[in-house]
Amino acid sequence: MADKRKICLSGSGLTKFFGLGRQKCCAVDHVDFNFYEGEVVSIVGESGSGKTTLAKMLLGLINPTEGEVYFQGKKRDIRTQKKKQEYWKNIQAIFQDPFSSYNIFNKIDSLFLDCINMRGGRKLPHAKKVEMMTEACSFVNLKFDELTNKYPFELSGGQMQRLMIARIFLLKPKILIADEPTSMIDACSRATILDMLMRLRTEIGMTIVFITHDIGLAYYVSDSVYIMEHGKLVESGSADDVILHPKQVYTQRLINDVPKIHEVWDLSTV
Amino acid sequence: MSKVLLEVKELTTKYITRFGEDVYAVDHVSLKVEEGKSLGISGESGCGKSTLALSLMGYYFAPLHYTSGEIIIDGKNIYGMDSDDVRKSVLGTEISYIPQCAMNALNPTQKVISLVEDVIQAHDPSVSKKEIRELARERFETVGLPAEVLQKYAVELSGGMKQRTVIATSVILRPKVLIADEPSSALDVTSQKMVIKMLRDLMERGIVKAMIFITHELPLLYNVTDDIMVMYAGQIVEKGTAKQTVFDPLHPYAKGLMGSIIVPEKGLRGAKLTAILGVPPNLKHPPEGCRFAERCKYVVPECKAHSVDLLEIEEGRAYRCIFTEKQLRKAYKNG
Repeated sequence: MADKRKICLSGSGLTKFFGLGRQKCCAVDHVDFNFYEGEVVSIVGESGSGKTTLAKMLLGLINPTEGEVYFQGKKRDIRTQKKKQEYWKNIQAIFQDPFSSYNIFNKIDSLFLDCINMRGGRKLPHAKKVEMMTEACSFVNLKFDELTNKYPFELSGGQMQRLMIARIFLLKPKILIADEPTSMIDACSRATILDMLMRLRTEIGMTIVFITHDIGLAYYVSDSVYIMEHGKLVESGSADDVILHPKQVYTQRLINDVPKIHEVWDLSTV
Repeated sequence: MSKVLLEVKELTTKYITRFGEDVYAVDHVSLKVEEGKSLGISGESGCGKSTLALSLMGYYFAPLHYTSGEIIIDGKNIYGMDSDDVRKSVLGTEISYIPQCAMNALNPTQKVISLVEDVIQAHDPSVSKKEIRELARERFETVGLPAEVLQKYAVELSGGMKQRTVIATSVILRPKVLIADEPSSALDVTSQKMVIKMLRDLMERGIVKAMIFITHELPLLYNVTDDIMVMYAGQIVEKGTAKQTVFDPLHPYAKGLMGSIIVPEKGLRGAKLTAILGVPPNLKHPPEGCRFAERCKYVVPECKAHSVDLLEIEEGRAYRCIFTEKQLRKAYKNG
């Protein structure tokens, strides 16, 4: 089964050290993984387990101390700005805090126009661009006419996060890295955002890498799950295997920490 | 039936905006909390949960204003009291509050012990520093913090420790009612569990006698509280025991909310989440009829005609909808 699927993104021996000398700390420690095309992968761990550092390395925002990232079987090359931009056409991200994800000086239409230009739509007629933007907005249940001439900070958190998804809809990347996309919004909007991400995945067939501390969420969305502890991947496998039959003590603890409704939530094991 | 510790009757409070408009963020809310019980309040962002928490303390400051209603804490009516009196004789001893952003609730220029001193001396200036230190040490140990924390500044503590410091300070005077406003939403699951366990310990040891727990995380609420109340646009739309509200909600909004629960349990992977589309009404101009009508799947023209009252079907169980229980159940069955 595994060999039939095409590997989209993989890493071997990825390591990141922060600091020097005595303060040296290992955020990500020799991590190996294979993400397949069209799959939803979750990376789960506590705060400080190196999830976000790993995500930033995958995005090319920080350089790994050791190890390599392979994109579609080839070694990733992002040594120049131009090559980096080429790489970012294929890999995009949604971050935890929608309030700090936007350039506050850009209006929403210019944000969308940037996305269209990036996909090589610079020479399209204006009417076509507006049509594309309207389509993207309606995908996330927003009205484009109400948004033009607005700045991102005039919207609510949930709307901003949805706008972020509209951006992804325009960019159509191969891989989307979602770093805790729902931890800042309430449970009701969370369902909306997850639903949109799942629709987006079926529509443009991309790989989604979900980074979260909520193992319930990971179980709900993903095909395979990676558990991270202190920078190491301690357990991986299909969502059903890892979450319903966890082998590692750490994974069991993470699962026990999430409140349940059909089973008894054991509070004694803190 | 045990003693009712907190009783709120038809409480209404409003915000007055810069432009002089009234926004009724808490609209005729009645609730009762008995001794030894905990009440959960849920609802989406902006539905008035936190405003209700602030209003319950009887301590109002602009732009929040008291409009009408009564708040009775242990037989004592605090409505209409001077805010200075409320601060000295109600806050901390009768009712106490854990703020949402505990991370930023501590003064960075004071040591933890001097914060505790401030709290105690505001109520009783005659307490000596030695007694305060004894009391603080004891209470900090209850929440699992070493006594050294008292001599530290807030910046020296980790997130979870700050949260526990805030909790220990809130309960230092043995308040009868504790209001916890999203005490765990900024923490990861492990620290969240620790906070929940601590709150439960405080109840079991009798340091606090009743608790109001506010969060939008329903699985958490279900595990922590006895009763759950769902708020929407400033009003209570559903009220019942935790089990009733989570597994058998009556109001369409509560039903939608329960459909967005995510838990890691067998058979729930990829289950359909019901997202409620649309946005809540602007409370500057609340709609005439049912406030949820715009987003409701089962809406009929009568919904928008006149306002809907909270209908009590049995002791402690109520919902706000024009349909009868039977009609709603049938509608949910048919999808």
